[in-house]
Amino acid sequence: MDSLRELYQEVILDHGKNPRNFTTPDNATNKALGNNPLCGDQLTVYLKVDSGFVEDVSFIGHGCAISIASASMMTEFIKGKSEDEIKQIFNKFHEMCTDEGIDKGSIEELEKLQVLSGVREYPTRVKCATLPWHTLLAALAGEKEVTTE
Amino acid sequence: MMSLRTDKDEKYTFNVDNVRKDFPIFKESMNGQPLVFLDTAASAQKPNQVIDSITEIYKTEYANVHRGLYKISETLTAKYEGVREIISDYINAEHTSEIIFTRNATESINLVARSFGKSFLKENDEIILSELEHHANIVPWQMLREEIGVIIKIAPINDEGEFIIDEFEKLLCNRTKLVAISHMSNVLGSILPVKEITRLSQAVGAKVLIDGCQAITHLPVDVQKIGCDFYVFSGHKLYGPSGVGVLYAREELLEMMPPFMGGGDMISAVTFEESTWAKIPHKFEAGTPAIVQVIGLGVAIEYLKSLGLEDIRKYEKTILDYATQKLLDIEGLRLIGTAEDKASVLSFTLDFAHPHDVATIIDGAGVAVRAGHHCAQPLMNRMNVAATVRASLGLYNTEEDIDRLVSSLHNVSEIFN
Ligand SMILES: Cc1ncc(COP(=O)(O)O)c(C=O)c1O
Repeated sequence: MDSLRELYQEVILDHGKNPRNFTTPDNATNKALGNNPLCGDQLTVYLKVDSGFVEDVSFIGHGCAISIASASMMTEFIKGKSEDEIKQIFNKFHEMCTDEGIDKGSIEELEKLQVLSGVREYPTRVKCATLPWHTLLAALAGEKEVTTE
Repeated sequence: MMSLRTDKDEKYTFNVDNVRKDFPIFKESMNGQPLVFLDTAASAQKPNQVIDSITEIYKTEYANVHRGLYKISETLTAKYEGVREIISDYINAEHTSEIIFTRNATESINLVARSFGKSFLKENDEIILSELEHHANIVPWQMLREEIGVIIKIAPINDEGEFIIDEFEKLLCNRTKLVAISHMSNVLGSILPVKEITRLSQAVGAKVLIDGCQAITHLPVDVQKIGCDFYVFSGHKLYGPSGVGVLYAREELLEMMPPFMGGGDMISAVTFEESTWAKIPHKFEAGTPAIVQVIGLGVAIEYLKSLGLEDIRKYEKTILDYATQKLLDIEGLRLIGTAEDKASVLSFTLDFAHPHDVATIIDGAGVAVRAGHHCAQPLMNRMNVAATVRASLGLYNTEEDIDRLVSSLHNVSEIFN
């Protein structure tokens, strides 16, 4: 039960139930659809990008508590950041979700997102946490759709 | 736990405690808890009888089949061919040569699509599937459509997950050349009226393929009574090894159909100018088959027969009824698939947690279920759900397993509410 409590922390449950920035905007410049074919989770991420900065971000879709919470927290975290910064954050986030031996200090910059590190103990759930991020990168790259395999 | 249950009007004896002793997996634990295995619809656990027979063959009897002119090869060939008889008897085929060994049900369906479909169907011929098919009984037909331009029509189900025979009948016409339909849904547990479907289809001249992947484990199957042209299933869901599947097809069809793959074992004579095919069934079994797995499947069927097929079914029904009752008592739980005629599968959603979160949390309590779309995405769309939790039963499940499932679902509720 301990690692489960670690995975399903209050913050995650809260974002899972009441996702932030959960809307379809009408002024998006970029958007991408993310699919997890294994479980059928689907998210669309919308961005308003201006001179290399993500001015606004939102998402809609359906999925498990982990993927919805991850998406919700992601939108809060990246708003106002530059594309380059976002790519670096993605790499760190990905490392945090997959690398068992990761040094805690090195992910401090992920701040609140660190609550998602519990997925490391659940290999089948890592993709739930990373799906929104893959979708985000796809949207930034101007791709319409991305699938996690 | 229950043993030697006897009902007033349905007398049977089935000792689940003894049966569980035959399945060594139940000595194992999962996440520190005794394993509660509720995923038989994906693949069944194996009894010692099957496991030991496999080990024994490799240790003392192994050789290739149909080739060696020496004792152990002959003995093993006889055992391998003997399984054709066991299966033929199990599904009541008219001839042993109507049983073709494949890798799995998926390959069996692809064999029919490639061999029968490509040779005997043509552009604008119609194939009818149902809304509840597994991807294995959808994709091969879409591939055939790509290749030769057949038309695929979909027979609907109702909200309970029951096949609507009247709607199906409206789709039938003289362009219908094949009806490919499940005997039992892997998601909803619904049992389809395959005999009636076959009768109606054949009346317009269509051939009928039944996907028996789930039915073979839980229902009596009599291909002659059903009257179908093709019947497919996988050995691994029938307590046998993975790597072997079965295609039953009526003899006259197999005679007409061209081989699916070429190579050794399926020929009668080969020159560089031409080759002639072996007789059925071997025409469809190119290359060294899954020798030991086939024999293991034979052992699995003999094992089930020794327990009493009718008794197994009655016992499973008591567990299904018990589980249905217990699950419906959980607040916020919705059963997906409430057909009157159903067996051994319980799909559900909880209004407070996503199926994947449910599966992860109850895995922590040692309970193995499946969550997701169960390789039936069109059916998920039909039932308006993205995913379900699926608990599926085998002959080794007990009321205690169901109680453990229910209490683990209360853990989920504790975390989420
Ligand atoms: C109804 C049904 N059809 C087809 C299949 C495919 O079986 P296999 O993967 O063994 O070929 C399955 C198993 O998942 C099934 O439940």
